[in-house]
Amino acid sequence: MRIRFDKLGVAITLIAAYGTLGSGFAVLKPNRIVQGQVKSILECFPAWAGAALIVLMLLTVFVALFRTPPWLKLGAAASALATLAVAIGLAADFLTPAGNSYARVSPASGFWILLFAFALLAADAITRLKPAPWMRVLFLFIAAAGIALIFLSGIWSGLSIMKEYAGRADVFWAEAGKHVMLALGSLVAATVVGLPLGVLCHRVAPLRASVLNILNLIQTIPSIALFGILIAPLAWIAATVPGAAAIGIRGIGVAPAFVALFLYSLLPIVANTVVGLAGVPREANEAARGTGMTDMQRLFQIEFPLALPVILTGIRIVLVQNIGLATIAALIGGGGFGVFVFQGIGQTAMDLVLLGAVPTVALAFAAAVLLDALIQANSRISNGAGSA
Amino acid sequence: MKAWLPTFLRALLCLVLIAFLLAPQVFEPLLKPLVQPNAPAIYNQGSLIDLTLLHLRTVFIATVLATLVAILLAIMVTRPFGAEFLPLSRSLVNIGQTFPPVAVLALAVPAVGFGEKPTLIALFLYGLLPIFENTLTALTNLPRSVMEAARGTGMTDFQRLLQVELPLSLPVIVGGIRLSVVISLATATIGSTVAAKTLGEVIIAGLQSNNLAFILQGGLIVGALAVLIYDALTAVEALLSRRTGRA
Repeated sequence: MRIRFDKLGVAITLIAAYGTLGSGFAVLKPNRIVQGQVKSILECFPAWAGAALIVLMLLTVFVALFRTPPWLKLGAAASALATLAVAIGLAADFLTPAGNSYARVSPASGFWILLFAFALLAADAITRLKPAPWMRVLFLFIAAAGIALIFLSGIWSGLSIMKEYAGRADVFWAEAGKHVMLALGSLVAATVVGLPLGVLCHRVAPLRASVLNILNLIQTIPSIALFGILIAPLAWIAATVPGAAAIGIRGIGVAPAFVALFLYSLLPIVANTVVGLAGVPREANEAARGTGMTDMQRLFQIEFPLALPVILTGIRIVLVQNIGLATIAALIGGGGFGVFVFQGIGQTAMDLVLLGAVPTVALAFAAAVLLDALIQANSRISNGAGSA
Repeated sequence: MKAWLPTFLRALLCLVLIAFLLAPQVFEPLLKPLVQPNAPAIYNQGSLIDLTLLHLRTVFIATVLATLVAILLAIMVTRPFGAEFLPLSRSLVNIGQTFPPVAVLALAVPAVGFGEKPTLIALFLYGLLPIFENTLTALTNLPRSVMEAARGTGMTDFQRLLQVELPLSLPVIVGGIRLSVVISLATATIGSTVAAKTLGEVIIAGLQSNNLAFILQGGLIVGALAVLIYDALTAVEALLSRRTGRA
């Protein structure tokens, strides 16, 4: 019998081997901003636990290396990821000298490399399983629940990033709220304006080129400049329009960030609405006209449902992009996770940077998975309706 | 709209940009109303043209590296040897795009320090995705008849790649490079938050000293560069697709 290797498995094995042997698992720093001492896997735990962790990594790599069923690969990857997540918390407790509240333990490059290797394995297994949309949402939910469980259990409380969090838990959730509000709020505003604008552009051809050109031009202005440019007009509005200041419009802060995100969001929504409507089959429109539908009825009952997957793709682009761009709002006092990123850069406290960056990445990733599932579910429906 | 108008506008934009970079003082009266009476209206903490050139250099290096790596990767996953990686590479590209630029930039700092390097890494990663995606689309959607003809004439796999597949894919690849450059031009400004020398410095100086003129000139130079480079690459793309007969 010939043993057949999985090519990706070979790559994952090499990456995981480098993560285990070539680089440290955790860093122990005397305080939060100085350079630390890198500790290997075996130095991070009591000897038996370190050995057990390595054995488990070996088992996972073994599953990855050979042509095993995707479900097995996914299970192995998930258990390895969960173990790593718990292990880094335990390592922090083990490494921190008793009674020393200044010492900080953070994950070292080896931990991130192992995490990457097994995330790769999980991503590959999920890709091969070709899960239905609801199944992917379920995977996301299980992952989120797992992380929440570890978070609430306090296993991570010895980690540096959690010490940064503990000192500013209230601020963290307030900024999280602002971040989501900025990203989602500007998306909703852009959808409310962009959809009708897209329909208008679709029906009035001369308008199309100029509207899309203007929106394209806005995209070329770098985000930090657009945020800054909007400060002046909004300050002017706040000062001159009665009542504007009362509803929170100010030169700096949330208002210019919101408007900037709104402006950036318009192009993908308008452009995708136009493309989606243009892609509606002529026969469908003519049949609808033939049955005596009014323009409005045709729009809501024929054109929108058929164009929905393309429009949703635009919304996905906007949401993921907004979650990322909202970090920049912190530069003009708009709040959001960027506050921690920029404070961290300023203090060269990388764990503080992580406190801002990790939730942003997680949020963007979750939004992408959810909307991808939604898009897929909707394109199924319209395909099904077409063939039925 | 007359046919020559866009070309004329572009030439005008290009001239204004060059004039502004070479002699910014000339434009001072235009920007003066935007600042406090005794604040400078033209960026005075460094030369605008130097920053512009450094900005372009950073984007150029990152784009060249990204182009090479993206095309190589796309070629690899479309060969029989790498076919196993194709579905995964698609989902990785998808996942990669969800990483916000600021996060990538900030996370690169502990690994490589402040300055140009984290910016290059972030720009490289962001530049990779559109080029990879476009190359992949182009290589997997080549006309079947052409591929079979190439096989029929006895070309080796390598000859087919170099003489048929890549030339036919070139317009779409250039389209990817164009997207990537425009994204990089804007993202490079964020690099200045980790002390990279780019036009972002001008904008951030403006944000810190509440100087609208600084913000505006930094933003508009980057915007103008993006428009001009985008248009130039669109022209290259059109030329290439005319040559490959796919226009």
